[in-house]
Amino acid sequence: MSDSPVLDVEGLAVTIGTRRGPARAVAGVDWSVQAGQTLALVGESGSGKSMSVLAATGLAPRTARVTGRVRLLGTDLTEVSPERRRRLRGRHVGFVFQDPMTSLNPVLTVGRQVSEAGEEHLGLTRRAARARAVELLDLVGIPSAAQRVDAYPHQFSGGMRQRVVIAMALACEPDLLIADEPTTALDVTTQAQIVELVADLQHRLGTAVVWITHDLGVVAGIADTVAVMYAGRIVEQGPVDAVFAHPAHPYTVALLAARPDPAARGADLVTIPGAPPSPWELPTGCAFFPRCPVRGDARCEHELPPLVPVSGRHQVRTFYPQATDGEDR
Amino acid sequence: MTEYAAVPRQREPAEVVAELDRLNVWFPTRAGVVRAVDGVSLRIRRGETLGLVGESGSGKSTAGLALLRLVDPSAGTVRVAGQDVTRWSRRRLRALRRRVAMVFQDPQASLDPRRTIGASIAEPLIVHRLVDGAAARRQRVAELLDLVGLRRELADRHPHELSGGQRQRVGIARALAGEPDLIVLDEPIASLDLSVQAQIMNLLRRLQRDLGLTYLFIAHDLAAVEHMSDRLAVMYLGRIVETGTPAQIWRRPAHPYTAALLSAIPVADPQVERRRRRIILRGDVPSPVDPPAGCRFRTRCPQARAECAETDPVLVEVDPGHRAACLFAGDAVRAMSVTEPRRAGGSD
Amino acid sequence: MSETTGRSSEGQLRRTLSALRHDPLAFTGSAVLVLLVVVGVAGTWLAPAGVNEVDVDRMLQAPSWAHPFGTDELGRDVLSRVMIAARVSLQVGLVSVGIALTVGTTLGLLAGYYRGWLDNVLMRCMDVLFAFPVLLLAVAIVAVLGPGLLTATIAVGVVYTPIFARVTRAGVLSVREQVFVRAAISIGASDLRIMRRHVLPNIAAPLIVQTSLSLAFAILSEAALSFLGLGVQPPEPAWGRMLYDGRGFVTEAWWLGVFPGAAIFLTVLAFNLVGDALRDVLDPRQLTVSEARRSST
Repeated sequence: MSDSPVLDVEGLAVTIGTRRGPARAVAGVDWSVQAGQTLALVGESGSGKSMSVLAATGLAPRTARVTGRVRLLGTDLTEVSPERRRRLRGRHVGFVFQDPMTSLNPVLTVGRQVSEAGEEHLGLTRRAARARAVELLDLVGIPSAAQRVDAYPHQFSGGMRQRVVIAMALACEPDLLIADEPTTALDVTTQAQIVELVADLQHRLGTAVVWITHDLGVVAGIADTVAVMYAGRIVEQGPVDAVFAHPAHPYTVALLAARPDPAARGADLVTIPGAPPSPWELPTGCAFFPRCPVRGDARCEHELPPLVPVSGRHQVRTFYPQATDGEDR
Repeated sequence: MTEYAAVPRQREPAEVVAELDRLNVWFPTRAGVVRAVDGVSLRIRRGETLGLVGESGSGKSTAGLALLRLVDPSAGTVRVAGQDVTRWSRRRLRALRRRVAMVFQDPQASLDPRRTIGASIAEPLIVHRLVDGAAARRQRVAELLDLVGLRRELADRHPHELSGGQRQRVGIARALAGEPDLIVLDEPIASLDLSVQAQIMNLLRRLQRDLGLTYLFIAHDLAAVEHMSDRLAVMYLGRIVETGTPAQIWRRPAHPYTAALLSAIPVADPQVERRRRRIILRGDVPSPVDPPAGCRFRTRCPQARAECAETDPVLVEVDPGHRAACLFAGDAVRAMSVTEPRRAGGSD
Repeated sequence: MSETTGRSSEGQLRRTLSALRHDPLAFTGSAVLVLLVVVGVAGTWLAPAGVNEVDVDRMLQAPSWAHPFGTDELGRDVLSRVMIAARVSLQVGLVSVGIALTVGTTLGLLAGYYRGWLDNVLMRCMDVLFAFPVLLLAVAIVAVLGPGLLTATIAVGVVYTPIFARVTRAGVLSVREQVFVRAAISIGASDLRIMRRHVLPNIAAPLIVQTSLSLAFAILSEAALSFLGLGVQPPEPAWGRMLYDGRGFVTEAWWLGVFPGAAIFLTVLAFNLVGDALRDVLDPRQLTVSEARRSST
């Protein structure tokens, strides 16, 4: 495997035109993902985690203005024609979204939907594509795939539907799989199945994965690197072990502490007061300042902290890195 | 099925506020009769939180709705404050719904978008004629807003002007307005962001401490239920499969389903995640139209044996106050924990 | 998010008015409607001549400065008659649509809220009414009750009742499933309260649009009835009747037909333009743009 990233995003910013004026959904992020690796983008709703990925792959809404550089397998997507961007995306990137029901066309058999991408991007014949669909459905663990290839989406359970969506995403043997909250709508035991499936497929196919989620537990299980987003920016990123063992940003620290811990029953949970800032009026300084338990000083309020290294590739965007270790959580 | 999910807690048992007794809720559908709740008994005592956990299709929400008689029982009894309300008329039920209040999962959807926050909170006051006069009502709404930690000015706002967490606080204030004996919390944190979930859980616990409230906390998130509850009941396919204290269930689950559920919960620690053994259940939950004969979990149970197809297990005590509906309660789980982890990929 | 674009009733009213002002077609439509209402209310005073001022010296005169719309076979001023007839058209339109709105909404609300046999009985009745060609039904009603302004109004009202019943029922069916309705049931609110306070306000938008569109068709139906001699009786002026009377003079006095016809055309067009604009503004999909955007980030 080469060291050059599959997808490399630099200085990506997304501004969405709305009735209330421009909303800054993503305020400049850099991340990249290598073959066979999983990058987890974590954040709460409105943090810009989904939008940064959609914009990077050219799927931002029409009213969005996207700036920055995005390289997919070395090709700068911001410099090619929309048509070529669409083809590159179709050929090299697979998508799995949160709700499998809306990702599937209810009036087409799952076999048709899984084989469609292969016909379009790999030039397979109908017959070959159908055989490939059976193979893919089998790969994602759908029992008796040869029969179920002619079934319709409503004949599948939620977990099975998400497997079909994953089969569709893998149809062109993509170099990159984008999983946008793929397990959020599923039950926890089904989530465990899907997480295991993706990890297994990634291991076998060497696909790079960008996994967008709000669930830190899922991140701990799947990610190699993690980027924590808040108000359109990455506030902390690095190898998953380093970030979870030594979270340095007050926001990451608080998020990790907000989950109920069976060991600390009866105690109140740590909360982050207030709500994230509106994307219509992002503050000039640290966006987390109004809610921050550390509450540094005027510099935090007026000056944007840079991303600074904590150790190795572990970086944090704060003037006051927290010294933590895994034990005091 | 004559066992009660509820057991008296330490000290003298408190008064039973609400009770389901061998309750069935069956819905006729085109595909057949859906047995959403099938022989569920549970008791909720004053001042406690009973946690009801299960995945989608387990019947946990339907059981909660039955306590307000928002669904019609097919068999069994619903008792609230000692009265059998199973056959109450529509008119009498309106009074019941002051005694038992409900908080819904999606705070945005559960508030009428065209009415102000104040009007939504005041509705129980108006419906049950609890406060006379607009001024007194406004005062009471202001007090309720204080209670749930919202600014009084928000009474004049509309739901879309509030954040998700604020909206759920409004839902809680509305539930408190009628001073109910029991509040059914149906997935109250499931659609909220992590940091907001913690706020709402803390609020609910504080309100319970200050006002002596009684909760039925329904959720799929075992960690949250464990944190909130005095006692737990785990549901699978219309049945209660295990009950006990959170500590009993968390440390020594006796039913294989509970063990699988616990093992599926991701832990926010990469080291733990890499080491842990996860019980991955096969397949999907069977259809509630045609549940498996014998034990309902046997089709997915890693420890299923021949006997499981023949006998429908009842809840039996494995420890004081800890019951499980498994023929091999305890043993099956011990057997599972020695099976090899099937986790592929990842580093090790 | 601390605040988003308005969805409250005041916000919506403001947005509606602003949309009507900024969309040129809708603005024209509203302007015509305002003019129509002014003429309808004050026509008798504004009209240059009396409605039945017969002047045999000035029969069938072409449009001129003295008589911009010309005169008819009895020498009556056509402009004055068109203006005064506006009142009749508006009155029949408003009253009949009022009847249809009240009856149809009530029936649709009951059918959609209670479902079951009540729904079946009510909606099958509506289907039967709906199956008749509009004019045939109106003619049948007039045949039973006898021609006249009141009968025409009732007939048109009956004809448009099923549309309102259907629009209402469809809205009720979707609102009924909303969690906030279940929440209202859960706190013990009565059915009447839920229908009035929660269901009706949330289906107001499609009803407003339907009202505006129905007004156009009601006025057209009244014109058709009057044209057939089943509506307003002479000498009272009505656009449809004037059209009918002008029919015999198409070759020698085109203005007898053209001006009442134009009045009908403009009125119907104006109601349709405003109705379409309202549909765009009040469309629930438009209202949720801000939410959709929020969940997409």
